[in-house]
Amino acid sequence: MSKQITVPFGPQHPVLPEPLHLDLVLEDETVVDVIPSIGYVHRGLEKLVEKREYTEYVFIAERICGICSFIHSQTYVQGIEQIMGLEVPERATYLRTIWGEYSRLHSHLLWLGLFADSMGFESVFMNAWRLREHILDDLEATTGGRVIQGVCKVGGVRKDITPEKLDEMLKGLRGMEHELNDLTNVFLNDSSMKHRLRGVGVLKKEDAYVLGAVGPTARGSGLAIDIRSTGYGALGKINFKPVVEYDGDCYARCAVRAKEMFTSIDIIEQCIKKIPDGPVDMKVTGAPDGEYFSRTEQPRGEVIHYIKGNGKKNLVRHRVRTPTFTNIPPLVTLLKGVDLADVPVVVLSIDPCIGCAER
Amino acid sequence: MAAQVITPIGVGDVVSKAGQAKKDGYRLVQIGCTKIGDDFEIIYVYDKDFTLLSYRITVKEDVVIPSISSEYFGAFVYENEIHDLYGLHVSGINIDFKGTFYKTAIKHPFNVTITKEGDSCQNK
Repeated sequence: MSKQITVPFGPQHPVLPEPLHLDLVLEDETVVDVIPSIGYVHRGLEKLVEKREYTEYVFIAERICGICSFIHSQTYVQGIEQIMGLEVPERATYLRTIWGEYSRLHSHLLWLGLFADSMGFESVFMNAWRLREHILDDLEATTGGRVIQGVCKVGGVRKDITPEKLDEMLKGLRGMEHELNDLTNVFLNDSSMKHRLRGVGVLKKEDAYVLGAVGPTARGSGLAIDIRSTGYGALGKINFKPVVEYDGDCYARCAVRAKEMFTSIDIIEQCIKKIPDGPVDMKVTGAPDGEYFSRTEQPRGEVIHYIKGNGKKNLVRHRVRTPTFTNIPPLVTLLKGVDLADVPVVVLSIDPCIGCAER
Repeated sequence: MAAQVITPIGVGDVVSKAGQAKKDGYRLVQIGCTKIGDDFEIIYVYDKDFTLLSYRITVKEDVVIPSISSEYFGAFVYENEIHDLYGLHVSGINIDFKGTFYKTAIKHPFNVTITKEGDSCQNK
């Protein structure tokens, strides 16, 4: 047996936009064990339920993450609405679904760009982020915010989208499709990409399940875990099938995200065609008394907001289990056996969001 | 949306319930803690085919909670989190950070409840 050495990876590293530390135990160039460390940016946002009224807290829930911000606010308000037994206007549920899928599109484009950058594909990085700008422009035009939208509220949404704007959004997305095809073609068919990603960082299906993998990390290993299948929001009225790949390697996780962008466009198109007329919010009185696990599918996977109220203005507890947090144990497993040079790409392949994980 | 049931269990049943959940094909979804007065509620949540299976234990601060990381490897992130934020002791964690999982400015920050002013909502 070769002598083992420990190489620190992070918390500052070119592929990590946020701090994550891994102690990599190596034999020669091969990783044989990994000890993860987080906790550099823990903010304790959940504790603020004791200071902010439950209706105001939506804005804090949305600021848990700068990428899936809208979906955090959606998950939180859905949980409150379940406890209070509120029937939200149907149009609001469609609008939430549309903005949720826009969030997924911009997140996946951001990740594809960063992933390309981690392998030295600078032009692909710039093209992915150029396309992302169109998505952010539509989010800004319809909500007023590019990163933090602020449109979700308990009982509905704050803004409506006109039929003309919905048509314009649909035309824009259709116009983008051929450019997205060009972009994803590089990730799925370029020989250099395949060489870097095929067979690297393999997570077996059974390991992914027992270790609690979610999102593209789980679906890349053959698990059809996608909370959108439960039909929250307007998704129950939409035809939708999760994207699943079976090889469990970096390529499979990349392919899931690349293909999911077209699923998101399809969901948005169906929503725009089916969205009913009507109000987008309702009057809400009182405070939640009860507890609920609200689940949605973020770009990185299943997120859970546990909400417990006692009929008073402040919640007793708001606890968020983010996808990155539960994808840490699978990351430890899939790094074992990987070459040191592949570690950055493998780490990025789970799309870690430390801001989310540390709340 | 299906009703969510959280079944109360004793501290001594935590590991056996986790073992049974694993045997029945459930995945670990999360472990979360809530401070209620002087007590701590810990909820273990499992999922199979989008149906949740939840168990709740209610403990005092000095009770040692057994780790379920022998059944679910990934439980270590939740159990270390509960230790660091609430100060509860979890025994037998497979990767035990011994209080260094989160680097917090104050020790066990979620073990303190902030005094609230008034109970009525703005939307009454």
